[in-house]
Amino acid sequence: MNSASLLAGSGTLLYKEVLRFWKVSVQTVAAPVLTAILYLLIFGHVLEDHVKVFGSIGYTSFLIPGLVMMSVLQNAFANSSSSLIQSKITGNLVFLLVAPLSHWAWFLAYVGASVVRGLAVGTGVMLATFWFAPLPFAQPLWVLVFGVAGAALMGALGLIAGLWAEKFDQIAAFQNFIIMPMTFLSGVFYSVGSLPPFWKGVSHLNPFFYMIDGFRYGFFGVSDVSPWTGLVVVGASLLVVCGLCLRLLKIGYKIRH
Amino acid sequence: MPTISFQHVGKTYSGAHGAVKALDDVSFDIEPGEFFGLLGPNGAGKTTLISILAGLARASSGTVRVLGHDVVTDYAQARRSLGIVPQELVFDPFFSVREALRIQGGYFGVRADARANDAWIDELLAHLGLSDKADANMRQLSGGMKRRVLVALALVHRPPVIVLDEPTAGVDVELRQTLWQFIARLNKEGHTVLLTTHYLEEAEALCGRIAMLKQGRVVALDRTSALLAGTASTMLRFKMDAALPASLAGQSRVTGRIVQITAHDAHEVETILGVLRNAGCQPEDLEIGRADLEDVFIEIMNGPPRAIGPVKVAA
Repeated sequence: MNSASLLAGSGTLLYKEVLRFWKVSVQTVAAPVLTAILYLLIFGHVLEDHVKVFGSIGYTSFLIPGLVMMSVLQNAFANSSSSLIQSKITGNLVFLLVAPLSHWAWFLAYVGASVVRGLAVGTGVMLATFWFAPLPFAQPLWVLVFGVAGAALMGALGLIAGLWAEKFDQIAAFQNFIIMPMTFLSGVFYSVGSLPPFWKGVSHLNPFFYMIDGFRYGFFGVSDVSPWTGLVVVGASLLVVCGLCLRLLKIGYKIRH
Repeated sequence: MPTISFQHVGKTYSGAHGAVKALDDVSFDIEPGEFFGLLGPNGAGKTTLISILAGLARASSGTVRVLGHDVVTDYAQARRSLGIVPQELVFDPFFSVREALRIQGGYFGVRADARANDAWIDELLAHLGLSDKADANMRQLSGGMKRRVLVALALVHRPPVIVLDEPTAGVDVELRQTLWQFIARLNKEGHTVLLTTHYLEEAEALCGRIAMLKQGRVVALDRTSALLAGTASTMLRFKMDAALPASLAGQSRVTGRIVQITAHDAHEVETILGVLRNAGCQPEDLEIGRADLEDVFIEIMNGPPRAIGPVKVAA
């Protein structure tokens, strides 16, 4: 099968997935932006005068990129996982299953739509929080690289969760017991460098830490670890998750019986 | 080359209570332009066979081809040739009817954004009585209208083969007539149609050839007229209060007081009347008429395995 056949129909599925979340954008874009603003208002108000990070960066400035990236990651995961589980449970996945779409077409469309939603929410959070503190954008290319790679990784992870889950409860459990703790313990609200050695070591095992840290490097030009180390870890994680996702799609895991 | 070819298709599901054989060595071909019926009681394997054809399920053994394309190794070409109307009344609540049709066409290579397919979409909507619902959200449609949209979705990429899995289950008479007129027209224009239905009068009226499945095996396969002629061709219909003699139970249908018994010829009719007389039964309003496909179906399902009519096996 040539590459054109592998990708046939993928553009339409991407269009449909983007249209799907855009039609309910109050819920899928505006609500997470509001949540991020609330985090910023509360934590920024409490800690702005007490905490300086990386020597001279104010806490609110430090927090904004973390919140942006957290929103990108959580919404990228939510997009693919919720779309797929809804289609499975309501039965309309049959329209995709009978279509001549390759596993690559499924993968690129679902992950692509997750990246679009993640970046849309991330941009929304950035625009809404722009007024709260200055952001220098020291290395914008790193912002883009970690933003897109992180969203793609979470979109692929959401696709795996959507394939695996048979009920909405299972997706909620995946989000509440895996995604949420790994995000919160990745340095969104604090610098991992400030942790005791044991917890610092534990944080370095969390791929989410490298995504947040690398993303933040793009704004301030300083980070807990080198962005190149972060890129290697995030890139390797992306390859593993995408490889597993493509394999599951190819065998029709839990969707073709 | 047959339009659809099932060769030695088997399907075994493994569950908590062990393996369940849903299909057992099913082989038959459907020729170009045929209107073919696939009949059988619930659990006979009809939907499993359709699912394997459509790529929703994978056969445990055997091969299925559509216009020569294997549904597993050459699935893209096979699926482009098929328009599947699923049994379940499913829809995507995010989209209008027209959006859903454009998107579905796009999956098959018709550009969804270019609106290039809109003339055909408008024609489909008109034929299915949905023109005024084109911009309505799927959630706003009645069950019958959602069923029509399912048909339109299956046809949006102009497939040469149409597969309808119980398309008229639970829909009103008007829709059934509209739907069958449209499908019959498409069949006349050269489309091959594979139909599964529980409405045997529909199968009798529409299908040129019929296969009957029972417990995952093909138990009858022939032209509809041959099936009707080759089995019980006479039917006794009467009303009776008393219980039917046990010897007649296997070939009869009882609905309240109404009893219908199938017979092959006049001699058998006499025998049945004799059995009733000897049992002291007093049939009222006795009528003798031609057996329909439902009688044939009951006889085949209740009877022993039959020699199957001509089955084309690809070389």
